[in-house]
Amino acid sequence: MLTIESINTYYGNIRALKNISIDIAQGEIVALIGANGAGKTTTLKSISGITPPRTGRIRFMGKEIQNAAPEKIVAMGLCHVPEGRHIFPQLSVMENLEMGAFLRRDKAEIKKDLDYIMSLFPILAQRRKQAGGTLSGGEQQMLAISRALMGRPKLLLLDEPSLGLAPLIIRQIFEIIEQINRSGTTIFLIEQNANLALKSSHRGYVMENGEITLTDTADKLLSNEDVKKAYLGI
Amino acid sequence: MEQFLEYFLSGLTRGSIYALIALGYTMVYGIIGLINFAHGEIYMIGAFTALIVATALTFLGFPPLAILLLAALAAVIWASAYGFTIEKVAYKPLRGAQRLSPLISAIGMSIFLQNYVMLAQTSDFLRFPALIPDFKWLAPWSHIMSTSRFTILVTAAAAMIFLTLLIKYTRTGKAMRATSQDREMALLVGVNVDRVISSTFIIGSALAAIGGLLIASHVGQINYYVGFIAGLKAFTAAVLGGIGSIPGAVLGGLILGWTESFATGYVSSEYEDVFAFGLLVLILILRPSGILGKNTAQKV
Repeated sequence: MLTIESINTYYGNIRALKNISIDIAQGEIVALIGANGAGKTTTLKSISGITPPRTGRIRFMGKEIQNAAPEKIVAMGLCHVPEGRHIFPQLSVMENLEMGAFLRRDKAEIKKDLDYIMSLFPILAQRRKQAGGTLSGGEQQMLAISRALMGRPKLLLLDEPSLGLAPLIIRQIFEIIEQINRSGTTIFLIEQNANLALKSSHRGYVMENGEITLTDTADKLLSNEDVKKAYLGI
Repeated sequence: MEQFLEYFLSGLTRGSIYALIALGYTMVYGIIGLINFAHGEIYMIGAFTALIVATALTFLGFPPLAILLLAALAAVIWASAYGFTIEKVAYKPLRGAQRLSPLISAIGMSIFLQNYVMLAQTSDFLRFPALIPDFKWLAPWSHIMSTSRFTILVTAAAAMIFLTLLIKYTRTGKAMRATSQDREMALLVGVNVDRVISSTFIIGSALAAIGGLLIASHVGQINYYVGFIAGLKAFTAAVLGGIGSIPGAVLGGLILGWTESFATGYVSSEYEDVFAFGLLVLILILRPSGILGKNTAQKV
């Protein structure tokens, strides 16, 4: 579904990604784990066109997207939930959700999706008229994921969905992620909480200093001695 | 009382023009965080365009109302084209540069446009025809509510209502609000941010052109320098109300208009600017982000 072939992304003269190659198949949950500053967020931003790679190729559903504008990439069904959630603070919960469907013109279907999301997250239905900035962290994360779902993604990119949330909420968020995946959406997920991420995923990649150092099935990564020592704290 | 009403209405008229121009400053600031110092020149170019078109149409013998509408239309289109082009030429290449660079570019653009109009037209004051025809039914109130004053108030109010509806309910309006609140996220939901920025400049310029036409017709003369003064006042209004806030720009414009009008009426016209800018200093000391400036409550 998504094939990344040795991309290199720069911030000015600093090379943030070094020959990154990643493969994601339809229906998978794939986790990308690594320390702070390893280049995980940059990898996602390179895919969604915010910081396009200088060299290398990214193919999504058979089409090359490394030079496409972000709105073209979203239109193809690739939605990105950024780190820190990025809720539009002064738009209402409802308007935030509508922004997720910004590129869609099928009003009746949008309405149906809104109803579905409101039934999935009753708390969002309760707060539909409230400004997005006034929600709690967990509610904002639910809103951020819901907003991405309003774009009917085929592939969902999630950047640190557990960041700053209480353990109970984190569990809830990951249950939702697995549920979204079961209903047919492929998921590519970044986490610092490697243990949690690998337990929900099929496969994983480990990233260090802008390079992919290891890739395997999630189970094998969980029992890998190096991964255990470096990321699982065991 | 009669006198108070006169000052009140004169301030309201002046203030609504300031508000029309201030909206352009505040919208551009809200989207790209830039004070567009060339905005006053857009207002001046709107007035000049209206003058040229009106003169030509008068020469061709058009009826007054047609002249007014066509001149307004031409001013709006031409000024919007300027606004659009200025953004592409002077600001877009500097996106991602330090904050100061586009600001300097804006000041340069302002000086360039003033001198361009001065050389292409004239440095003298030009008489501006009274484009707004007299309404007979306003005659009983003509001592306080002249036709041009009435037209300015109605047009300004209509433009502001139109803008509010546009921002609240249209797709472009939602994209504008989203972009001003979180540009990166707007990109990620598929908003074409370049297009939103262009729309902002076009809408702001159209409002300024309407302001330029109305005030020029009200005052009866223009020159290449009117944009600088009006721009400075409107910028003050935008800061007063809280830059980036649309209701703030309107409120700031009206407060500034009233301050000037009452200062002129009860003190002296020489103290008009002293009161206007004194008020600005006072507001900035007491509420640095302006009257309705953004103080967002946001949980993290």
